[in-house]
Parts: sequence; C-alpha cells; structure tokens
Amino acid sequence: MTDPDLPQPNPFPGLRRRGFLAAGGAAGIGALALTGCSGTSGPDDGSTGGGARAPRSGGRLRAAFAGGGASETLDPHLGNLFADAARGKALFDKLADYGPDLAAVPRLAERWEPDAGLDRWTVTLRKAEFHDGRPVTAADVLYSYRRMADPRKAYRARASLEPVDLDASRAVGARTVRFVLKRPTAEFPNVMAAFGTYIVPEGAEEFDRRPVGSGPFAFVSFTPGRTTLLRRNDAYWDGAPHLDELEFVVANDESARTNALLGGQIEYAHELSPTTGRAHEGSGAVEIIRLRNSAMQAFAMKTDRPPFDDPRVREAFFHLADRQELVDGALSGAGEIGNDLFGKGYEYYAGGLPQREQDIGRARSLLREAGAEDLEVTLDTSAVAAGFTEAAGIFRDQAARAGVTVHVRPGSKDSYWKDILDSGTLCCYRSGAMPIETHISQRLLTGSTTNATHWRDKDFDALYQQAQSTRDKQDRAALYARMQRRLHAEGGFLVWGFGDWIIGTARSVHGVERDAPANTLDWARFDKVWLA
Amino acid sequence: MNASGSWAARRLLLGLAQTVAVVLLVFVLTEALPGDAAVSFAGDQPDPESIAAVRASMGLDRPAHERLAAWAWGLLHGDLGTSLTSGRPVTAFLADGFGPTLLLTGLTVVLLVPAGVGLGVFAARHEGRPADRLVSAVLLAVYAIPEFALGVLLVTVFALRLGWLPPTALGYGTDLLAHPAALVLPVLVLLARPVCSLARLIRAGMTDALAAPHTAQAQRYGVSGARLRYAHALPVALTPAAQQLARTVDWLLCGVVVVEALFVIPGLGTVLMNAVADRDIPVIQGLAVVFGLTTVLVNLGADLVTHRFAPRAEVAA
Repeated sequence: MTDPDLPQPNPFPGLRRRGFLAAGGAAGIGALALTGCSGTSGPDDGSTGGGARAPRSGGRLRAAFAGGGASETLDPHLGNLFADAARGKALFDKLADYGPDLAAVPRLAERWEPDAGLDRWTVTLRKAEFHDGRPVTAADVLYSYRRMADPRKAYRARASLEPVDLDASRAVGARTVRFVLKRPTAEFPNVMAAFGTYIVPEGAEEFDRRPVGSGPFAFVSFTPGRTTLLRRNDAYWDGAPHLDELEFVVANDESARTNALLGGQIEYAHELSPTTGRAHEGSGAVEIIRLRNSAMQAFAMKTDRPPFDDPRVREAFFHLADRQELVDGALSGAGEIGNDLFGKGYEYYAGGLPQREQDIGRARSLLREAGAEDLEVTLDTSAVAAGFTEAAGIFRDQAARAGVTVHVRPGSKDSYWKDILDSGTLCCYRSGAMPIETHISQRLLTGSTTNATHWRDKDFDALYQQAQSTRDKQDRAALYARMQRRLHAEGGFLVWGFGDWIIGTARSVHGVERDAPANTLDWARFDKVWLA
Repeated sequence: MNASGSWAARRLLLGLAQTVAVVLLVFVLTEALPGDAAVSFAGDQPDPESIAAVRASMGLDRPAHERLAAWAWGLLHGDLGTSLTSGRPVTAFLADGFGPTLLLTGLTVVLLVPAGVGLGVFAARHEGRPADRLVSAVLLAVYAIPEFALGVLLVTVFALRLGWLPPTALGYGTDLLAHPAALVLPVLVLLARPVCSLARLIRAGMTDALAAPHTAQAQRYGVSGARLRYAHALPVALTPAAQQLARTVDWLLCGVVVVEALFVIPGLGTVLMNAVADRDIPVIQGLAVVFGLTTVLVNLGADLVTHRFAPRAEVAA
C-alpha cells in the first residue's frame, strides 16, 4: 500500500452519522449525486416549474438539509450525510455519477475504455479547471483515490475502491489515467461514480478554510453546523450555474425545515415527511417533489440459521407480506410496493418476474412442508429509520394470519446496523439507491462486508464474477437476471417497498429534477436550478 | 461576614464535589450506552474492519480508565480535550454554542422576573376575586402545554398565518441580535412555563405572608398597604421564588433543546444533541462540566439570596 505521506493533524476531521442512512446501505449509497443523466447541460424536461420558460440567471438559493452539527467538515471524502453529499457535489466533481437508472454517466471522465481482460481501464479526463485555475490532471485523480483508500482512515469510499490496485495504477498523460484492477470488473464505472469519490487537487489535505474543487460552485464561507455559502463558478466545464449564490443551511428538525420553507426563509427543503408532503401537495404555497424509488424497504432474513436456513420458510415469508398495507402503513403511502428484489426500475432490474402477492394459504402449506407450523420468530427493529417500527408491527399482524408468531424486538438506534449484521434472524432493513451490481457486491457475496442476510453461495459468487468478466452488455444483463431470479425465489431480502424521497421548494424555484432517486446525479443538483 | 464566608466556602466545595460527580457519572453512562463513536460513524455500513480502524485512530481501544485519566489531567490544565468526530478543541464547540444559549437565557430571565413577580403580586392582591381566578386559570392552562406544542402553535399562528414574525432563525447563525424578530417566538416559548410557576409561587407566598399574624400586627401599627405588600410580604415570597428561578436558569442554560431544534438556534442544546448522537465523549464531558458548574454557581447564588432573606432557614444545600 503506498500511501502518500501526508501530514495528518487529525485522522477524522468530521465523522458524523445522522441522516446518511436514509440512503442506507453500503458505500454506494450515500451518494446522492447530481448531474443529469447526460452530463450535458440539458433542458429541464420533467422538472419543476414551467419547463417551457427559459432559465434565468441570478439570485441566491437557500437550501436546508439535516446536518451533522458543529463537527461538520467540507472534506468531500469524509461525507456521510445527505448534506455532505449535496455540498460535495456543488464544490467538487467525481469522474462519473449515477443517472436516474443508476447507470454510471461520465462527468470529469470524458470517456473510459477497458482492455480485453476488463482489468485495465484507460480513463480520459475532460478539460476542466479547479476553482484556482489549475487544470484537473491525472495526478489529481490518483492523489484523490489514494487518499480515499488510506487504510489508516475510514473514508466511506474506501470499500468501493477495493477492486482498484492503486499501486499499479498510473498516469499515462496529463489527462489520462490507466487504472489497474485486481480482477476483471465490467462495472468499473460504478466505482468511479461511487459515493464520496470526489476529485480534489493533488496534495489537498485541509478543506474547511478554503476548499478548492472543480465543481459548479466555488467556496465563499463555511460555519460548521450552520451555513455554507458558495458562488457560481463561471468557468465550470458543464456550463456555469444559473444561480449567483447557493447557501446550504442546516436544520435537523423536519418541522423547522418545513416552517422555514413556508415562511420564505429558504427556497429548498430536503427530506420532508410524507405527512408534510400530503399537507402541502397542490396547496399552491410550495412545490412538493417526490423522488420515487429512493429508499428500499425490506425485512432481512438470515439465510444461514433456523428457521430461515430452509428456503421453504423464506418463500413462505415472501407470501406472508401484504406489501400495499406495509407501504400505506409504514411509509404513509409515500412509495410503491416491492417484489423482493433491490433496485426496482434500475439498469439490469429483473422487471419481468411476477409480482409477489400475499398468499396465506401458500405460506401455510410451505411452512407445513418445512415442518415449521406454529413458527415463532423474533423481528429486530429500531427507530433508526422512519417506518421501521411501524413496518414491524404491521408484519407481525400479517404473519399472525398464517399462524406465525412474530415477536417484535426494538433495539438501539445508534448501534442498530452493527447489531443486526451478525445477530438475530429477522430484522427491518433499508437501503438507499445504488446500482444493482453494487448492492450485490457489497451485500450478497461470500466476502461482502455488510452481508446482513448471510447469503453465501458459491454458485451465486461465480455468476457475479462471470458477469464482471463479461464484456457484452446483453450477456451481462442475462447473468444479472439469473442472479435476481435466484434471489427472488429464495433470497434473504423480503423487499416490500420503495419509499419516496420528499423535497419541498418555493414556487420561485425551477429546474429541480423529479426523476432522480436520492443518491443520483440529479438529486440535490443546484447548477441547473434557477429562480424566477 | 466570617460565618457567612465560611458557609459560602463550604457551599462552594460541595458544589465542586457535585461537579466532579456529574462528570464521572456522565463518563460512566456514556460508556454504558450501546455502541461508541466508531460504530456510530459506521452507521449502516458497519464493516468490522473499518470500525476497528476508526476505533484505533480515535484511541477508543484504550481502556476506559486510561481515557478518563487523560481527560481529567487535561481538565486540570484547562484543556477540555479534542472532539472525537471533528478533531476540533472542545472549547471551540462550547464557545460556539454558548452565545445563542446565553442570549436566549438572558432575555428570558430579564423578562421572566418582572412578568412572574408582577403577575404573582397582582393575583395575590386580588385573591379569590375573578381577576385572580382568571390569571390562575390561564397560568395553569399555559403551564400544561408542552414547549414543543406551544412552539408549533405560535409558529403556525404568528409566523405562517399572520406573517408577523419569522418562523425560525435559520441562516442567521449566531448573529441573532441583528434579527431580533427571530427571537420573539423562542423567548415566548421559553418564558411560558417558568412565568407560570414563578407567578404561582409568588402568589402563594404572598397570600400566606399577608395572612400571617405578624402582618396583621404590622397593619394594626398602621403600616400602609403598599409597604406591607412589598416590604413585608414580598421578601418572604421571594425566598422560594429565588430557588425556583435558579432551577429555571439551569433548565434554560442546559439545553432549551426543544426550542433550539424547533427554531434552528445553534446553541448548547444543539451541540449536546449532536455530541450524544455522535458519541463524542469529550464534547459531552465538556458540556457536563459547563452545565455542572453553571448549576452549582446558580444554586449557590440562590442559596446566598435565600440566606440573606431568611437567614434562619439553614438552607445549606
């Protein structure tokens, strides 16, 4: 591991926890990236405000997010929260980012080209400048990736960069990087788009005083936990933003964000509750924007221990759930039902599989076959995410109809994700948007670090490796479909729904993308937004 | 002076012991909480290897007594330590949060004393009459409303419906004095309950004092009504009121968590909430020291006042 020798005044200038989990899951998730799907400054079809009107230049947009308090930092590699991701996106760029279907789209990387073995990738950077006028070079990219991968630190992107052999990777020109991977990785662009993989200037270590990025906005001022003021970067490679200034303010309380929006103190409020959304939808006072498909909601069964080591019991549980009732009750209706697979509507999603319905009779007979009548299980839950405790209660009642006794066990909010990783048999689970490939590699392979269902299957691992060595996209899609059929039939995730991410904006705000699950390029993207 | 001085010194020592006890208790309780800063940081991505790495670099793998000792040693040198999550000195956190909280507290107390005393005296003067009953009923009703509900109600009516006041202090940061309108609703919410309890105490104390035999005796000597009320009865009523006021100041300083959250005022309550959520033990400890010392000092002040007004009551602690 050749880490650059950097001064390290303090190894964790900014760990924070709150809020990031909405997006939940592994490294891929927190990433709410923003750009549009195409990387060009496109018109705002399907976005708020009159799409017909031409963007207007000028003004300051104030956007409120839940934040991390006084320990916040602008270090883009330390970000964990939605607020961090949004600020990171305004100030910095990644090589790639996720489109609305979670496929990687080029950003700072103009193009990428694998060699025949899929384990050498040549990435060409576009012509772009940092805010101080220096060009973005291959050296900056390698420096940034090595910084994120530092094993002595715990940058969130480190797990995502695991496939990359950074010791062997080289700059082969001012704007060309040759990445060497440890194994064939057909989905390498997902690594470049992963959460927190921002490119910073070579040698940059200190970000809170004067962070320099290549993003659409440049730094003006920052007070941790309170406000971050940015101004337009006229030289932005993707076209200068319409706004003169962008201010991020922090309000952890949802009702405070709503009140500030209604009272005209801010123009953009992130993360509103379904109740707020319903109350103000169509009221004319503010605009409510629902980012569909942003948070997967599931129950995770540990597939390596009784009773769920029997696939018939898992299948019986799939039939126990009345998904619409769960969506209506636990998500207050703000979402859509799931089909026991992650990533509804994303690239490679196996949308052709029949929608699972509640079938108590089928569940009963499967349990009888498995010799598991009068089954009793404990369902771990916690107030760590909205709707978890409600979902547990609803599922308990649904399971009772088939004679299954579910004991709901509420756990600690602060250590929940660690607690459920290896203990218990059944738990509430959720995840933010990420590519299906990332979901598989981080949660469903034998070596995955956050394998909450303990799904460890050699054939499944082999299918994944095969997909990663498959150059042809159609063939790869077929392999993903096979993996998903397997998971749909006997996996450990009972995916019952996908929650909306609700945003409120003032009527004067235009150009906010609606087709942008949290964690994608167009989510919280302010360079295409204008005030009128 | 000497007797009073040694009483104060004993009282101060007791206060110091209390502060140390609070700090130890906080340390033990934070240790007992599930998870630590590393787990908290890992959140929904609890990769055991990263948790271990974070733990090591934060020094959380050292035994608890070692960390406590190191911290206590620093404390004796005026060093409150370094935040685990941000690497900034704890004193910087406290300094940041102190201003807004102090401003809110100060404003509230400045308004609280005249309002509470005035209402209490007014009610006592009209004891049993409709004015007294009206005041008492309103005070009891307001006292029964939780801060959060009252805050939401006030914001809805005065900020969102009528548009007279800003709904939050969002974006004003610590410069609240430049936006006095933003302070009105938070201070109203903070005032609501203490005014009620203070006025009720004053009223009760004064009616008791006015009904006491020595008051009747004074009246027989021809002391005027106003003098009786303000020179004789009020000081007696102030003794419990001073204690109540001290408790109120504690409550105001040590949080106002609800009000700060609802109105987005970045004070100590917010710092505390974030620190607890992050398991940022040095910051929590620093706040415990500050809150502990404040409580001790304010109560010491109240005791001195009580000592002055009712020296025989022997209210040492």
